Amino acid sequence: MQFEFEVTGGDFANAGTASSQVKKILKQLNVSVSDIKRIVVALYEAEVNIVAHAYSGVVTVEIETTQVRIILKDSGPGIPDIDLAMQQGYSTASPEVREMGFGAGMGLPNIKRNMDVLNISSEVGIGTTVEMIAFLNVA
Amino acid sequence: MKISEIVTILDGVLVAGKDQMDREISFGFASDLMSDVLTLETNDLVLLTGLCNIQSIRTAEMSDIPCIIFVRRKKVTPEMIELAEESEITLIECNYSMFKTVVTLAEHGIRPLF
Repeated sequence: MQFEFEVTGGDFANAGTASSQVKKILKQLNVSVSDIKRIVVALYEAEVNIVAHAYSGVVTVEIETTQVRIILKDSGPGIPDIDLAMQQGYSTASPEVREMGFGAGMGLPNIKRNMDVLNISSEVGIGTTVEMIAFLNVA
Repeated sequence: MKISEIVTILDGVLVAGKDQMDREISFGFASDLMSDVLTLETNDLVLLTGLCNIQSIRTAEMSDIPCIIFVRRKKVTPEMIELAEESEITLIECNYSMFKTVVTLAEHGIRPLF
């Protein structure tokens, strides 16, 4: 099962809309509450990252019985140093992003903690692609 | 403690989620930084914040947090109420400072997470 969502850079009012939709879908599919929470928390942080840093992005969510794989591909400035961006506390967020309650350099570490797989590739001046996978806790 | 009791002891105004007034809350967490809220693993908590915008509601939605108290006389917008009702989140406006809100809740048995 696959779903696609568009995310607009700078549109803070709608940041989280995709994550909200995904939460509803996962609930309908009877995914466990704890898996839903870690997936949507990670996705929300990643979605906020697109709104905060990129011009536009597409979120693709692939749901299987054993895993949820999410690809977030954005057109934006890219990340020059991914290791640095992964460090807790490092942030290039604007004052506007901080006013929204983010921008403390916790997003990427938060995503990593919640997902089982996290891959980031980025090209400066082109954009960033984030792949994240959660293996579902199925009985 | 029931959400209805929280409204009473804080002299607060309930602005969304009146159907969830009987819900029991044991823990509290106070933060204006939503990324900190998104690290929490407990759901059974009330969020105290001065960050009064749509992202505080989204954060509660993603984290399964049932109740938000907006301190320091912040006023909730109609968009926030709409989203909160959709996600069954109770919103309370409170005129107290963050400190007074925390102290009052703690005196009535609401516990810290860590």
